[in-house]
Amino acid sequence: MIKIFYAIVLILSLGSLIVNKNKTKQAYKIAIQKLLNILPSLLLMVILVSVVLYFTPDKTIVNLLGKNNQFLGVVLGLFFGSITLMPGFIAFPLAGILLEKGVLYMVLSAFTSSLMLVGILTYPIEKDYFGAKVTIMRNSISLVITVIIALATGLAFGELF
Amino acid sequence: MKTKHLIISMTFVVLFTIFVFISSQINFVPGQEISNNALDFLSNIIKVFPGVFILIGLFEVWIKASTIEKHFGKESGIKGYIMAIILASTTIGGLFVSFPVAYSLYHKGAKLSAIFTYISASAVCRVPMTIFEISFIGVKFTLVRFFVSLPLIVISSKLLGDHLEKQNYSLALGK
Repeated sequence: MIKIFYAIVLILSLGSLIVNKNKTKQAYKIAIQKLLNILPSLLLMVILVSVVLYFTPDKTIVNLLGKNNQFLGVVLGLFFGSITLMPGFIAFPLAGILLEKGVLYMVLSAFTSSLMLVGILTYPIEKDYFGAKVTIMRNSISLVITVIIALATGLAFGELF
Repeated sequence: MKTKHLIISMTFVVLFTIFVFISSQINFVPGQEISNNALDFLSNIIKVFPGVFILIGLFEVWIKASTIEKHFGKESGIKGYIMAIILASTTIGGLFVSFPVAYSLYHKGAKLSAIFTYISASAVCRVPMTIFEISFIGVKFTLVRFFVSLPLIVISSKLLGDHLEKQNYSLALGK
């Protein structure tokens, strides 16, 4: 996946270089400048993620989501999904394990959707670009959307009634 | 304001580095696990971010503002949201990759509601992630997510964008 991505980056860079050397140089300058601008918040996010992941290991998540009734399960799913951050290639296998353990689809939905849509740990970065107010508003709206997705999933899989 | 923010962030980084160093010296296991987490996550970021920012740089020098205004701007109507979702589906990484992309789109003339749609849609419908999701949880689960979340994302982004534009909100420059 990452190889395909960098192949695209390379092809576009070479194309740009052939058409206009100065513009390409400028593009790389912009890239470096923007990366440096966001670096402090990026490092802050790395620190937050590393500490939070230590306190919420996969085992804890599997145990807590697996053992509770549907509504507490959804609430815990929302909670862990919101406060943690993990890439899809870790989150979905984890969701697969939860499914085998008999965790409800609506709990999985609450967990994976909030994991992707709600970002408490990405707050330092989001705030840098959009300001604190908008960041809080966007994340609150996302949390509401996540609850609706979880309930719809519960309905679709017959877990609600 | 900017320097204050920088000082706070850098203080955390320095304290964290000292914590990691001491943990490794005295074999403090939680500290070592935390530093492993940090290195894991950092290596993920280092893999993705340079490429993302090179693409943003190329985008900024090559793509005309008029093109973005036409497809994502205030006059783009419903097409702006569809374009935002299509662009989101090709995004890699996570939320934190979509922020700088959305920011550049905005400064090229995209409307606020389109960039909010882009950010949220990139969280739920990135193609590589979706394939992964289907293989582990099943296609029905993914379809429910898509059909419920995308309309809600567009509607809420429109409400939020319109609300902020009424208040003359604009994004800071120079990020």
